[in-house]
Amino acid sequence: MLEKALSGSKLYWTWLIGLLIVIAAGFGAYLVQYNKGLMITGMSRDVSWGFYIAQFTFLVGVAASAVMLVLPYYLHHYKTFGRITILGEFLAISAVIMCSLFIVVDLGKPSRILNVMLHPTPNSVLFWDMVVLNGYLIINILAGWVTLEAERKNVPPPGWIKFVIYLSIPWAVSIHTVTAFLYAGLPGRGFWLTAIMAPRFLASAFAAGPAVLILLGYLVKKLTRFDPGREAFETLAKIVCYAIILHIFFFLLEVFTVAYSAIPSHTSHLAYLYFGLHGHNMLVPWVWTAMGCGITAIILLVNPRTRQNPIILPIACVLVFVCTWIDKGMAMIAGGFVPNPLHEITEYAPTALELMITLGVYATGILVLTILYKVAIGVKQEEEAV
Amino acid sequence: MGVDRRKFLKLAGVSAALGLGGATGFQLLRPGALDAAERMPTPYQMVFPKEHGAAEIMPNPKRLQGRRWGMVVDMRKLTPASARAAIEACNYYHNVPQIPGKQNIKWIWTAPYVNVFPETENPWADPDIKNAQFIVMCNHCDNPPCVRVCPTKATFQREDGIVMMDMHRCIGCRFCMAGCPYGSRSFNFRDPRPFIKKEYPDYPTRTRGVVEKCNFCAERLAVGKLPACAEASGGAMVFGDVDDAGSELRQLLRKRYSIRRKPNLGTSPQVYYLV
Repeated sequence: MLEKALSGSKLYWTWLIGLLIVIAAGFGAYLVQYNKGLMITGMSRDVSWGFYIAQFTFLVGVAASAVMLVLPYYLHHYKTFGRITILGEFLAISAVIMCSLFIVVDLGKPSRILNVMLHPTPNSVLFWDMVVLNGYLIINILAGWVTLEAERKNVPPPGWIKFVIYLSIPWAVSIHTVTAFLYAGLPGRGFWLTAIMAPRFLASAFAAGPAVLILLGYLVKKLTRFDPGREAFETLAKIVCYAIILHIFFFLLEVFTVAYSAIPSHTSHLAYLYFGLHGHNMLVPWVWTAMGCGITAIILLVNPRTRQNPIILPIACVLVFVCTWIDKGMAMIAGGFVPNPLHEITEYAPTALELMITLGVYATGILVLTILYKVAIGVKQEEEAV
Repeated sequence: MGVDRRKFLKLAGVSAALGLGGATGFQLLRPGALDAAERMPTPYQMVFPKEHGAAEIMPNPKRLQGRRWGMVVDMRKLTPASARAAIEACNYYHNVPQIPGKQNIKWIWTAPYVNVFPETENPWADPDIKNAQFIVMCNHCDNPPCVRVCPTKATFQREDGIVMMDMHRCIGCRFCMAGCPYGSRSFNFRDPRPFIKKEYPDYPTRTRGVVEKCNFCAERLAVGKLPACAEASGGAMVFGDVDDAGSELRQLLRKRYSIRRKPNLGTSPQVYYLV
């Protein structure tokens, strides 16, 4: 089926070449980091994780959100998602690939990465994160590719793949739960020490992922005349709506517990993010932007008339994306490290090289996504032409 | 350690043949196992001490042994000068680089009461205590979160309680830095060697990309010396065996009131402050 990715329009090839240029630039920036060390980033002794780990966390959510298509389609036989479930699975594949790359670029000694497997350590959550993420990648490659191939050959998919697909549903929940456990089990970090971390991650994931899918769906429809169908968009929009409401609701639960109990090691992080602490307020405009986007998106998505409007819906999806991306991709990680365990404040901002490497990783994921979507839509259109 | 590949294979092969399997050769590869091996030569080493390197890893008879190492910092004796001497001794004996800025490396340093003991504020406390600069370092916790989170066992706890780093195994993921509730760990964001003022030849320098921290001078204990900071502190820092009721450390803890950093987190830090 891969041959479908080898023929395309001029726009398709220009797009691929453009992505390759960004990847090359990112790789160049990574070579600088590889030779000089992580000193080229904005990270520090106090904020020891930064942009890379934040993007990793955000993208685990995007990957997990495939379950929002797989579950209705395969468990509830919701036929409307038949045309786009493959798009969700392929989005998950590219998201997991980006996650792995973000982990690699964040390591001080990337050449030693196999130590995680050579010295398996079940008491480390990072070990389990490696297990579930790699497992999820394999599951989605199998589920996506095998069903697509069967569809192309016009035969029913093999029976065993059903088992893999069913397995992908709890597995999707597991990847984001385990990723939340990376943070939620650390004794000295009040901002992360909350049992609601995993549900919060899942809620924002199920908002961000389907929002990205709606945007990709519109793009695909415009570029290839492959139509995911009006009803599919509408159902996805409802999922995004519920999830973004839950995301804000869970955040407010967090605010209540932290503010009403008024324990300084918990309040100080939220205070830093939303109001600034001792004159340090770098992230304040960002988190309020996120909040504004989230609330506007809720207003646009709750109202059926704006939700069903093909021009307003993508705008709402962009707002959901911005809201969840700032929340997880910027505030969640830095907010946990500021103030530090000695209640001192060191702020964090990524450097240009760090951003370049990040862009390179995103471009790699988008390249994989483009090729996979090209194959999937090629097969779907071929089948419809017959 | 002189256990080269050929010797190791021979040792492992012969011990497998003798049915000693896991108790011999492989133990040497486990972090922290060297000390266990030092204390207790394997049956094979007892039979063939010279041929197979057993002699090389015989323990130093002068070494200090304890069941649970700990440190007491006597804030009545600690002066700015003795604190500085302790820090400088540590930095020298461990080749701790002096890197300016926020990507610095610290094994032992000073901080005011409000930062060392956050959430124990008392506005009317003795100003001598409140304004004092406290020595801070790795607490060598009984229940260390850094060891719990490390995905490669590069940081591990010895039987005598010392929390150690294997710099050759660390992948630089910095999970331990997020896990440590005391900010005791530093990451080598860059090559540290140009920032070492005067290199001490008997302790290895580090490479960029790994995490490091205080090791309670495990390398000095092994040859019968006290930790460098305790030795240089003029009596303000007392190192000893917490499990030994007769030790000077335990007597100090019995006689004087001591506090520990964030005891509510359940990590059981083994650095005690006499206030």
